Amino acid sequence: MRNIWIIARKEYKSYFISPVAYAVAFLIFVVLGYILYSGILYAATQQQYVPDVTIILSPMIFIFLFTVPALTMRSIADERKTGTMELLLTAPVRDWELVVGKWLGAYLFVLTIILVTWLYPILLNRLIQPGLDQGLMLTGYLGVALATAAFVAIGVVVSSLFSNQIAAFFTTLGILLLLWIISNPAQSLGQTAGDILRYLSLSDHFYNTFNQGIIELADIIYYLSITTLALFLGSVSVQVRRWS
Amino acid sequence: MIRVSGLTKDYGSRRAISDLTFDIEKGEIVGFLGPNGAGKTTTMRILTGYMPPTMGTAEIGGFDVIEDSLEVRRIVGYMPETVPLYTEMTVFDYLKFMADLRNIKNADDRVDEVLEMVHLGDRSDGYISNLSKGMRQRVGLAQALLHKPEVLILDEPTIGLDPAQIIEVRNMIRDIGSEHTVLLSTHILPEAQQVCTRVLILNKGRLVAEDTPEHLQTRLIGAQRIGLKIRGDISEVVPLVAATPGVISVTPKNDDSLEFESSPGEDARPLVARAVVQAGFDLLELQSSNLSLEEIFLELTREEPPVPAVDDTVEMTAED
Repeated sequence: MRNIWIIARKEYKSYFISPVAYAVAFLIFVVLGYILYSGILYAATQQQYVPDVTIILSPMIFIFLFTVPALTMRSIADERKTGTMELLLTAPVRDWELVVGKWLGAYLFVLTIILVTWLYPILLNRLIQPGLDQGLMLTGYLGVALATAAFVAIGVVVSSLFSNQIAAFFTTLGILLLLWIISNPAQSLGQTAGDILRYLSLSDHFYNTFNQGIIELADIIYYLSITTLALFLGSVSVQVRRWS
Repeated sequence: MIRVSGLTKDYGSRRAISDLTFDIEKGEIVGFLGPNGAGKTTTMRILTGYMPPTMGTAEIGGFDVIEDSLEVRRIVGYMPETVPLYTEMTVFDYLKFMADLRNIKNADDRVDEVLEMVHLGDRSDGYISNLSKGMRQRVGLAQALLHKPEVLILDEPTIGLDPAQIIEVRNMIRDIGSEHTVLLSTHILPEAQQVCTRVLILNKGRLVAEDTPEHLQTRLIGAQRIGLKIRGDISEVVPLVAATPGVISVTPKNDDSLEFESSPGEDARPLVARAVVQAGFDLLELQSSNLSLEEIFLELTREEPPVPAVDDTVEMTAED
């Protein structure tokens, strides 16, 4: 546990001196801010429409789909490229502790961004009557937090496979996008196949429940399983690459 | 302290080291000497737990490098050849991070202590990216010393340094060697002679010689053993070779070959060849029997070639 925390802390701090991390944070704040602005503007002209927190959360999780790969691409790939991996692999640290620490550091940074975006719902809350549905907001944020945990975990595994950041970025993005849209053909397939695809989907577990104020244990388990599985594969990949 | 037996490592189909066996006792400063690509780094990486061997075993302080990898890593301090560092960190933060990973008590004090040891106390708050190559080397050394390791493994500790820095690092290693067991690699013979109590010579993944630097020196530039082969009965040639100036001794090997030793620094081969041919024998072979060792020696004693200016760009493209 100690080692995980030491690595996570260093990783977390390193994001604050990384231009990519600032660019990502900036992008998220600006785009979300603009979406919020246009939502409020729309609400002002439409009498019946009252915006809720999903006008922020729905695009936010989608933006994370594209930005998490940029945050995790250097995670382990860069250690390999600069050779510092040799320091970590010869320090008394278990391979899985390294991978989990890397994940935790990146995830804490994503959580920090999410926490700062909380300003938007607070702002929205003040603008509308009778205020936001607090339950929906908390559920939605829980969903975003769980989904990004899985995004980051997938990003870290992929980063462990490469020593090139760009390759890690696009591979992570590809995997995330595929898992995001994997249930698209579910309707046209049979019952079982459709269910399997829907179960695998990163988006269905968010939009169908968390984003509508519903907490389902199955969704929580899904995101936690993806995270655990990814971190397990990451540890295996680090171990396997020692042998090559 | 270090016990290596039958160590072999393959990278795909290429064999990097082959059946290495050696022991290093506590308190020794042992030099791994060999040309580039001889398998020095590979051996060190196996000893430090960075990667497992294909075959064979290695033990440090009684711990097996695979079975008890974490224990081995706890008692070993390692400076990799490239001296990898987190350049975006300050010297202090970097060493603090490495000290924390090694669970060192009073890490802050210990970091200050090792920084004093490597004379970098005043650069503690500076960013690593601003340090010169020599300073980075010393940060790498400081990192390896943090946890007062029983065994210190240094891969090419003086490579890329200027002469003054080289002397400094060598002195530092000698100091350290009084308390720790040190294994360092180098491809420069004089360095091994200055620093090490014992030298292991590696070539093409094999251990080709093992001796004190002094013995090695005499053995290498001392008497030269040369094998001679003719058509016909060798016994008739023996007195002829023995009479040639520069030849110290002659040993018949079998029916058609013998081995002679020429005095240090003298190459008796042309004279012997002439004598044999003039006496009417067919000379079939004339070769130095320890040629491989000699070649390595030449490689090792060769002056360091000046670093070409294009080196940097080549390295950068290679990294991409």
